[in-house]
Amino acid sequence: MKRHVELRNHPVELHKFRFRLAICACFVLVLFLILYVRFYYLQVSQQEHYYTLAEANRISISPLVPNRGLIYDRNGRALAQNYSAYTLEVIPSKIQNIESTLDELAAIIEITTTDRQRFRKLLKESKRFNSLPIRSRLTDVEIATFATNRYRFPGIEIKARVLRQYPEKEVVSHIIGYISRINDQDLEQLERNEELNNYRGSLHIGKIGIEQSYEKQLHGVTGFEEVETDAAGRSIRVLSRTPSIPGNNLILSIDLGLQEAAEKAFGERRGALVALDPNNGEVLAFVSKPGYDNNLFIGGIDQENWSLLNNSIDRPLNNRALRGVYPPGSTFKPFMALAALELGKRTPEYSMSDPGYFSLPGVERRYRDWKPGGHGRVDLHKSLVVSCDTYYYSLANDLGIDNIHNFIGQFGLGKKTGIDIEGEVSGLLPSSAWKMSQYKQKWYAGDTISVAIGQGYNLTTPLQLAFATMIIANNGKAYLPRLVKQIQNSETGDVEDIPGKLLYSLNLKPRNLEIVKNALVDVTRPGGTAAKAAINASYTFAGKTGTSQVIGIKQGERYNEKSINERHRDHAMFIAYAPAENPKIALAVLVENTGTGGSTAAPIARQVFDYYLLGKLPEATVAKLNESVEEHVHDHL
Amino acid sequence: MIEIKKIWHYLTRYMDSFLLTGILILMAVGLIVLYSATGANMSRVSNQIINMLVALVVMWLVANIPLQQIMRLALPMYIVGLVLLIGVALFGEINNGARRWLNIGVTRIQPSELMKIAIPLMMAWYFDKHEITLRLKDYLGATVLLMLPVLLILRQPDLGTALLITASGFYVLFLAGLSWRIIAGLVIAAAASLPVFWSIMHDYQRRRIMTLLDPSQDPLGAGYHTIQSTIAIGSGGIVGKGWQNGTQAQLDFLPEQSTDFIFAVFSEEFGLIGNTILLFLYLIVIARCMVITANASTQFTRLIAGSITLTFFTYIFVNMGMVSGILPIVGVPLPLISYGGTSMVTMLLGFGILMSIQTHPKLVKT
Repeated sequence: MKRHVELRNHPVELHKFRFRLAICACFVLVLFLILYVRFYYLQVSQQEHYYTLAEANRISISPLVPNRGLIYDRNGRALAQNYSAYTLEVIPSKIQNIESTLDELAAIIEITTTDRQRFRKLLKESKRFNSLPIRSRLTDVEIATFATNRYRFPGIEIKARVLRQYPEKEVVSHIIGYISRINDQDLEQLERNEELNNYRGSLHIGKIGIEQSYEKQLHGVTGFEEVETDAAGRSIRVLSRTPSIPGNNLILSIDLGLQEAAEKAFGERRGALVALDPNNGEVLAFVSKPGYDNNLFIGGIDQENWSLLNNSIDRPLNNRALRGVYPPGSTFKPFMALAALELGKRTPEYSMSDPGYFSLPGVERRYRDWKPGGHGRVDLHKSLVVSCDTYYYSLANDLGIDNIHNFIGQFGLGKKTGIDIEGEVSGLLPSSAWKMSQYKQKWYAGDTISVAIGQGYNLTTPLQLAFATMIIANNGKAYLPRLVKQIQNSETGDVEDIPGKLLYSLNLKPRNLEIVKNALVDVTRPGGTAAKAAINASYTFAGKTGTSQVIGIKQGERYNEKSINERHRDHAMFIAYAPAENPKIALAVLVENTGTGGSTAAPIARQVFDYYLLGKLPEATVAKLNESVEEHVHDHL
Repeated sequence: MIEIKKIWHYLTRYMDSFLLTGILILMAVGLIVLYSATGANMSRVSNQIINMLVALVVMWLVANIPLQQIMRLALPMYIVGLVLLIGVALFGEINNGARRWLNIGVTRIQPSELMKIAIPLMMAWYFDKHEITLRLKDYLGATVLLMLPVLLILRQPDLGTALLITASGFYVLFLAGLSWRIIAGLVIAAAASLPVFWSIMHDYQRRRIMTLLDPSQDPLGAGYHTIQSTIAIGSGGIVGKGWQNGTQAQLDFLPEQSTDFIFAVFSEEFGLIGNTILLFLYLIVIARCMVITANASTQFTRLIAGSITLTFFTYIFVNMGMVSGILPIVGVPLPLISYGGTSMVTMLLGFGILMSIQTHPKLVKT
């Protein structure tokens, strides 16, 4: 039975089996076809897409940060330079407990409390995945020590960086300013200006001063390197390289020697000095005392130094020359005198009797002259030489505030000069329209009287005063004051001069100018308010002293220097230019809380002139230089 | 001379030269790709050569055993395999969250590997026994024989192996003549049970399926493998980037590039042309296996040969499918090419059985 069934069924079974096997063969072919279609899709239709993805996988683009341009004074002395150094940097996101890691780190490498404070401040201001410096300028020994302990500190690395340095520190800090780490606001700003790409890899950006205002020139163009990397991010080889273009070097019009001379002349006193070349507007010296060590800001300033600087009563961070506003005091008078002549309100010959005070018609109030009892008969010449207040009280009353505002406004007082660093303030040259819009009050005749001698609402910056002095010195030419004289292409070495820019010329009658300028020369001669400062000068210099009141003196009271808090004492002012017949330098000096211009401000101008015109160093500097020459000689013996 | 001829004859008596040639060519391709995939690591390549030699010896030994004797091994092998699987479930070592290995003192073994051969053998043996009176209950019995170990393997969990073993068992059922109606019913039942499966699946299994549908969901995690291997294949283009020049492979963007994902290395470096040749080589080997299957004389040999052939194909399809991103990632090597000894031995053991079927005298059952 069994055999029978088998014999009968066997061919049928085999046939059935082979049929099923054929189905399986079709199944195999169909699925292979599906695979093939998939391969065709990936490797032919989408090849380009996947090729791009594969390239993006293996190629990473890393920025090549350009070296920042250097800054020199007009004689090629370095004011901002770069140096290479190794820094120890921390990536906070890779570290669990930063404080304890730093403790461990401090056991092998010196980390001062200042370093730590600075780091903590940075940490607060930065994103966690940024690399933040904890120490810079590592020594060879420190590098070796860290290298052997490196495995203990994941997330901490030694990096070779090009760092900024300001060798002159406080002497030029208010000119140069500083760079500091790029923060969120900087990033937003860069994004708005579509410059973010050029800052990939850059850590610093100019924050203030030349470093800020010439950021575009100094930064340079970031280069890029295409690097083949493996899946773990290790670089295998460089595929292509677009080198960075270093930033341009700046050559300032500042004469560092002059700047130092002016600094020395100030000594420990606070104040400001701006010296311009009247022939082109170049800024020769730009002093704001006290300065500060701008190196402190580069890597991020620590809390202690910051509060020291920020809370100091001397306000070293305040750029007095650019942003300090002071009543111009009697330095306002030469401009008043010119207004009187130009507008025909006074003749040179006109004279008046000065009883020591002035009163408006029908008003009891007396406006006192600085000299009790007055100066006797005073004409325009004498009014400048002895700085007679009464003459100007009466003149101002005849001119009226709006004539004063319109005429003197041409000398740039109460306006930004447009100097090539940011942050300038405008000060104030009052007018009736201004008072109406500011206080909703009409202008009173009494308001004009104090304006006449540079007090009242008058506020000017030392820079504006220097600018106005320059315009008198060069007979009416308003040059744009500027700090950068030349730009040097750091690749080709080509130097491009920035020509002086004449903003406008005032059409002043030569005779009127001559009258005023002659009077200014006599200010520095015997009988003038600045006579002492000019004794034995081998050149003629012209100037005008001023005293800028810090607090108002009540009617019937006298200003008594000794009885007033030092910080409330008057500021000494002096504007001057020299040589008078062919001015090469025009300046304004402000010395805070030291009384009259003739006694403290004018001698500073004298020392600056001596250095600039005669090459003579201020005495303190001379002594120091002799010392160093002696040392030098010793070295060679 | 005569001695050598004798030895040669003795060695090749039970070899199918056609099949052997195909296998050796594929192995050679495998070594060439492996050299590139390991970054010219000769020690990995020589390890693989040893793996291949061992596997070839196993194949030779099996090919020399007549099928009747192999058939006798079916039941004991199956029972031992099942016991070991139960052992794994009770005392297995946990590795990467899965309980797959069993420590039997001397060495660690993975019983699911053994079952890849034992189950088709057992099922073919079972159908051979019930050849005359094949009824529905016999198919049910075979299904139970299949599902017992599969469930144990699923529990480990090892989805890839479970699916492959299920496939190999299903091929036996299909070739044994499972009625079309039941197949249709099974397909419907499978579709209906998908949601149930989904709910009992492990998280990592669900993630793999979700990742397959949209690899970009998790580009650095589960989707990373698929994305990188797809990029490798696609960027190879028609002619490929050249041997040892595949950037995805050489710069380590490809995961598991010498084992499960070796096809991506091959495909990136040899392009569509290489893929065409490789698919063709595999197709020739499968075709030869099909011929052997078709000519097999008994129910047992037919079924076991068919199952081995189709399982071989399934490995190829699943591996290439997952590497090219049309199937979820299950740990399935590319036969004869991926690095690794176990799968090489299992694969050649199957070819040994096929050769034995082809070369031993075809006995008509009495």
